[in-house]
Amino acid sequence: MKNEVPVVVAFFTGMLMVVSLFIPHPVVSTPASVVRQWAIIITAFAYVLGVANIARISLHNVKRRQRDWQYKAALVFALATMATIGIALGIESGGVFDWIYLNMYVPMQATMFSLLAFYIASAAYRAFRARSPEATFLLVTAAIVMLGRVPIGEKIWSGFPGLTEWIMEVPNMAAKRGIMIGAALGAISTGLKMILGLERSYLGGD
Amino acid sequence: MDLPANRMFRVKLASLVLMVFASWGLTSAADIRVADLPDDNGTALKLTWDLSNIDSTLTLFRSSLPETNWTPVGEFDEPRGSYVDRGLSRDSLYIYAFRLHSGLVLSEAAQPRASVLNRARVNQLLILAIFFALVLLYIKLASRGKHFFVRRIAGLRAIEEAIGRATEMGRPVLYVPGIDDLNNIQTIASMVILNDVARLAATYETPVIVPVCKPFVVPVAEEAVRQGYLNAGRPELYNPDNVRYLSDEQFAFTAGVNGIMLRERTAANIYMGSFFAESLILAETGFSAGAIQVAGTANIHQLPFFVAACDYTLIGEELYAASAYLSREPKLLGTLKASDVAKVIIIIILVAGFIAETLGWHTFADWFAAR
Amino acid sequence: MAKASAGILFKFSRIDRRYIYLIILICVIVPLVAGVRMEMSVTAPVEGLYEAIDNLKPGSYVWLAADYDPGSMPELYPMNVALVEHLFSRDIKIICGALWPPGPPLAQRVFNELAPKYGKRYGIDYVNLGFKEGREAVMVSIAEDMKATFPRDFFGTPWDSIPMLQAISNLGDVKMIVCVSAGYPGIKEWVQQIATRYRISIGGGVTAVSGPEMYPYIQSGQLVGLLAGMKGAAEYEQMVGKPGLGLSGMVAQSYVHIMVVVFIAFANLVFFLEKRSKR
Repeated sequence: MKNEVPVVVAFFTGMLMVVSLFIPHPVVSTPASVVRQWAIIITAFAYVLGVANIARISLHNVKRRQRDWQYKAALVFALATMATIGIALGIESGGVFDWIYLNMYVPMQATMFSLLAFYIASAAYRAFRARSPEATFLLVTAAIVMLGRVPIGEKIWSGFPGLTEWIMEVPNMAAKRGIMIGAALGAISTGLKMILGLERSYLGGD
Repeated sequence: MDLPANRMFRVKLASLVLMVFASWGLTSAADIRVADLPDDNGTALKLTWDLSNIDSTLTLFRSSLPETNWTPVGEFDEPRGSYVDRGLSRDSLYIYAFRLHSGLVLSEAAQPRASVLNRARVNQLLILAIFFALVLLYIKLASRGKHFFVRRIAGLRAIEEAIGRATEMGRPVLYVPGIDDLNNIQTIASMVILNDVARLAATYETPVIVPVCKPFVVPVAEEAVRQGYLNAGRPELYNPDNVRYLSDEQFAFTAGVNGIMLRERTAANIYMGSFFAESLILAETGFSAGAIQVAGTANIHQLPFFVAACDYTLIGEELYAASAYLSREPKLLGTLKASDVAKVIIIIILVAGFIAETLGWHTFADWFAAR
Repeated sequence: MAKASAGILFKFSRIDRRYIYLIILICVIVPLVAGVRMEMSVTAPVEGLYEAIDNLKPGSYVWLAADYDPGSMPELYPMNVALVEHLFSRDIKIICGALWPPGPPLAQRVFNELAPKYGKRYGIDYVNLGFKEGREAVMVSIAEDMKATFPRDFFGTPWDSIPMLQAISNLGDVKMIVCVSAGYPGIKEWVQQIATRYRISIGGGVTAVSGPEMYPYIQSGQLVGLLAGMKGAAEYEQMVGKPGLGLSGMVAQSYVHIMVVVFIAFANLVFFLEKRSKR
């Protein structure tokens, strides 16, 4: 029973969504729209699950003074502080929540993203070795694209941007389209397996 | 839905009155045409007009009949043009008018109608039907005992090797199911692999840590891991604290996962699912921590990063093939075979399209256009 | 002598990765602090987006999708600024909404920065409708009934109290969708769900790494134009004539790219020498 009901729900909602793509009549589009609205509401409720999970694990860790419990304490403190400020004082432009958001949260996130510059440099240093003719080809192409994507490359040779665009739009795109078609077929067949109830492992056991 | 008879009479009467006004020489009704927008759910009308002798801004009004409350719909500069008026009611009859210096230009009355089939998508429907038929055919063949060959997927074999190595080192395995929600099919595919990873890890008595980015994934990941431990016959080893929701935010999540890698010194890192800019940050941190790494994603733009920084990478469709490959379930293998046949058909269509376009016959390619 | 220099090279090949990070840091910081700028040629997708916005009539409405977060701010914020500069300078009314929770405050920051400069008033010339959970379902919902999807704006003001929205009922009243997109849900989903179905032109900006994924949509004409990464933002700033974070960032990126090419060349030289010495 535990598995049958979700499989039946998956079948009906899945088929409804597929059919609604081709049949615009309200007989199909209205229930499809209602199901979409349910999805929005259920997704919003999932945040409660997330907060419950994070609070349970972190508080458990802090209570027992497990290794690195200080980090968990900081996490719970930040979570509670932001939620309290947001709910009590609002999120207006220029308010406390907004100030924390723009002056703490934004720079911290941007810092994490900026780490990519360093990691790309070290990964490229290690990965682009001319071990074989194919690897050499890849290496030379990478160098051309890197130079073609920045203004200094244009100063070195005016043909770099054009050559880069060609590499990106023709050979790169051809390969990507091949992978895309394969991945799309894989995604459709996985979806179909779920709709038909052939794939159930994501539901857990009976 | 059609209008009731008595209301229809009032509608006709109101239309007649408007037509009489029009015929008094205010302007001709022939210049503005209104028709039902085809292939929709019956909430839109399409207007086309030709008022070539007008050069001022035109204001379009709409009224539902039998009332004649004119509501402005929009302003247009072009004397010839078209407009789709959406958000209308299927139960009403509408009339449109342009207000000019000389008076009103009236349209005929029209009612939006719902289409039973979106004809613009017949091409997609046909392709999907062929693919569905192929899948069902090969599932049937598989259930009759037909054997299908599946090539060796090195990345999936490597998972076992990675878990074995983590066991030898006495360190945990890290499994990251991407940063997308469950409505992304990659995350579902990832949950299937997680189930198998948990089973293997439980067999070797090695803990699996699963950091989760979206709250909705938490219960599914918990269930996948719990079931994996159960399948291995070691349910007592399952620790619910190892499935951890970290943050909904991409880089807060990334920082959290990096922290787990460095503090808990995971020996095997498995990244399966939908990844974005965090892929290289995760994989490089894992590399510098000396972990054996296996990745898999259908997000094409992240594949180069995983290929550069991980030991093995599942490319695109290989991620979706995992459940069939790992379970060896004949019905699931049948769906893999159906995908292969579909790919052959697509290749034939591509070659045919290439020839047709080269010969200047565009109808073939046009039929496949997204509409 | 040759042996000694090869030995030094080998030593360098096992260099602590943090030295590489230090060099990259210097390459980023020095040009930014020095404020150096470089002109560059404008690519076709950027020009396409510029032309599409430039051809909109003053007073028409645009949906600005702020579907990004602080993580991708270094690349996408300059784009958001340049696009709003262009829209404001053309007197186009902006309806901003987001499918990413952190999007609305970032877009509001851009409005706060630029609205006084162009004399634009909230609720008259631009509005921020805030965030709505539900991804593609929300896109379709906006297309069908915008007011029902966003009954209040980001600040809690009811729809009926916002003057500029009284002429709007759904996406059909909007001339174009401009999406600043960091991933899912983003510009790709806007194209798949809305562009074809509702015949609305779409353009926007994405991070450099996801740029190539959008090329098929440009080639098919489903995207009128695209800004990819900081380079796209810089090119757009150049076209709008408002140099900003994008153009100054491109110089830093130039030096980093050159440095990475040098690293790759160096690593291969050592690799080659090592292979020869093993023989």
